[in-house]
Amino acid sequence: MDYTVSDEQRMFAETARALFADSCGPDNWRRMMEAGVAHEDARWAQIVETGLTLIMLPESAGGIGLTEVDFAMIAQEAGYVALPEPLVESAGVAAPMLAALAPDHPLLAEPAATVAIAHPANPFVAAADSASAILLEKDGEAYLATPDQVTLTPEPVIDPLRRIFRVEWDAANAAPLGKADWDLALDRGALFAAAQGIGLAQRAVDMAVAYAMDRQQFGKPIGSYQAVKHHLASAQVAIEFAKPVVATAAAEIVHGDIQSRARVSHAKLVALEAADRAARASIQVHGAMGYSWEVDVHLFLKRALALTYAWGTPQFHRDRIATRMFTQAMGPDQTFARETENA
Amino acid sequence: MDVSYTPAQIAFRAEVRDWLAAHVPAQPLEHFDATREGFEAHREWEKTLKSGDWGMVTWPKEYGGRGLDLIQWLIFEEEYYRSGAPGRVNQNGIFLLGPTLIEFGTHAQKQRFLPPMASGEEIWAQAWSEPMAGSDLAGVRSTCVADGDDYVLNGHKIWSSRAAFADWAFGLFRTPGSERHNGMSLIFFPLDAPGVTVNPIKKINGHVGFAEIFLENVRVPAFNRLGDEGQGWHICMATAGFERGLMLRSPARYQVAAARLAKLWQEHRDSADPALEADVVRAHMNADAYALNIYQTASWLMAGAKIGPEASTNKIFWSELDIHLHQTALAILGPYAELMPDAPDAHPGEWLDDYIFALAGPIYAGSNEIQRNIIAERMLGLPRR
Repeated sequence: MDYTVSDEQRMFAETARALFADSCGPDNWRRMMEAGVAHEDARWAQIVETGLTLIMLPESAGGIGLTEVDFAMIAQEAGYVALPEPLVESAGVAAPMLAALAPDHPLLAEPAATVAIAHPANPFVAAADSASAILLEKDGEAYLATPDQVTLTPEPVIDPLRRIFRVEWDAANAAPLGKADWDLALDRGALFAAAQGIGLAQRAVDMAVAYAMDRQQFGKPIGSYQAVKHHLASAQVAIEFAKPVVATAAAEIVHGDIQSRARVSHAKLVALEAADRAARASIQVHGAMGYSWEVDVHLFLKRALALTYAWGTPQFHRDRIATRMFTQAMGPDQTFARETENA
Repeated sequence: MDVSYTPAQIAFRAEVRDWLAAHVPAQPLEHFDATREGFEAHREWEKTLKSGDWGMVTWPKEYGGRGLDLIQWLIFEEEYYRSGAPGRVNQNGIFLLGPTLIEFGTHAQKQRFLPPMASGEEIWAQAWSEPMAGSDLAGVRSTCVADGDDYVLNGHKIWSSRAAFADWAFGLFRTPGSERHNGMSLIFFPLDAPGVTVNPIKKINGHVGFAEIFLENVRVPAFNRLGDEGQGWHICMATAGFERGLMLRSPARYQVAAARLAKLWQEHRDSADPALEADVVRAHMNADAYALNIYQTASWLMAGAKIGPEASTNKIFWSELDIHLHQTALAILGPYAELMPDAPDAHPGEWLDDYIFALAGPIYAGSNEIQRNIIAERMLGLPRR
């Protein structure tokens, strides 16, 4: 039982945090919103340069060959800045799937390339327009197509830094890659959405704390009032009890059994609930300012909304937990049990 | 990150399981807060535990413990709750005062107090709150006056759990003339000492689980003071850290309850409101999240970290999950929820009694409002005033 992270893992996360803090803050968000874009080439080049896109790729495909534990820490940092670029889905879900199907695919050697994924769990495809290629599913088989080989219909969404599309395609115009592990892709998508949820939640709390220290009413900072304190304390409690679930899910995902799937689902549910709770508390603490476009809290509320229903709805994830509860042994000695041990 | 048990940990679990299977009483004991007989039956159980060297597994061997680490403690607790063993009547001693004594006590104090605590020979109550010092604990008015090698204690303590039947209490007393957080000392006194009057107070379930204590010129040796004179507040906060942080409510308690709730749901799902399944699932998630959080904390502590203000998040989380879990059970039972255990049609699960007990959770060990203040001020850095 070891929940400590290695120095290497910590350094990777700190590198990501520093890069995002420098390049993805209020000035940048506003510039992108005004320009109507959700992808910045300069930042993506920096992300690629620091190796963040290589973490989940096996060494055989030119990657670093680390695990979901490592990448979840990066996804959390991406959530903390509501990162617009598709680092998490491309480098955490789609590219590893492509590498598993075609380790020598030339796209994997292209540093700046992103891969989008049309997973059956999601009706729409995120960042399909800026992708170098899109992974598509038909009867369990994977196909690869470039955006101009498919029909993309933009679906405007409330998150100004997110782009999603309806994708129509014909297998005749796509390259078949064979049977793919869509279940693993779903688990990864859900896990990394959860990790982003932790980051979104913590940022919403941190923004509210900064505002509550500064904003004065009745002659004192509003953060000195218990009603304000308790909103934010409750949000922080939700974060503290989502974090170890996300960490455990990241460590267990490799098992691909009923327990690990339930754990990923648990992480997905509670992390995005924490994000929603924190974002709404943050808006409330900011008062009318929080309801304005000028204060950036709305970005975190909107991203939390998107991720709550992406990669499996709450009902889907609750059902997976119920399956674990009602088909496997329960009890205090079963916290880390595996399906094979009960077979 | 590694979330698997070592072969040694797996073997340890088997050892605990075997011992408990051979020793846990077949019939549940009467509750320790219900009657003196129930209390003494639990004391006997503590002695049985000690005979197997399971009294307090994390303490050093020389003080009556087993010298185990926190992961082994969690495994022990999991097996303990799984076995249906009796509740720990000495929890104020072994989980709260014990760890504090180990941190702040002298060798002589540890030798005197820890072994009989681990064996149940001396059962402890906490005497902190007073009629005018609840959430505002620094408002304590009870006094300690040094007199030669003794202290003379005077005052009025209240809401002392177990005090109705316990042997000893650890109390917070103030040097006369001192103010607020300064000048308080943590002093132990026997509950049968001359000048001590204990009046049991009935809880909402009718049990005498707590009491008020009047102290009138109670004389105790200065040896009974833990830490320096005036250091009491600091030591109490450390005790509260253990209380909220790790020891007081082990996750296994809630995991057992969540597993029972899942079973209750399976028995009733054909007739109960289908919407309740989401709550049954939620109860399991909460209990599991609490367990994972504690495993994470245990792992970090073993790697050298300290418990900080985040301990306050634990107290909020377990107290709220406990109420939700039991409310869900009562919702499944519907019109049977209100039945007392001796009612002819009562469900044997004692859900009602456990629900009533759960309602105390957000109040004792520092109310959840105080915990939220601590989180806001010490974790998030919001201003105190």
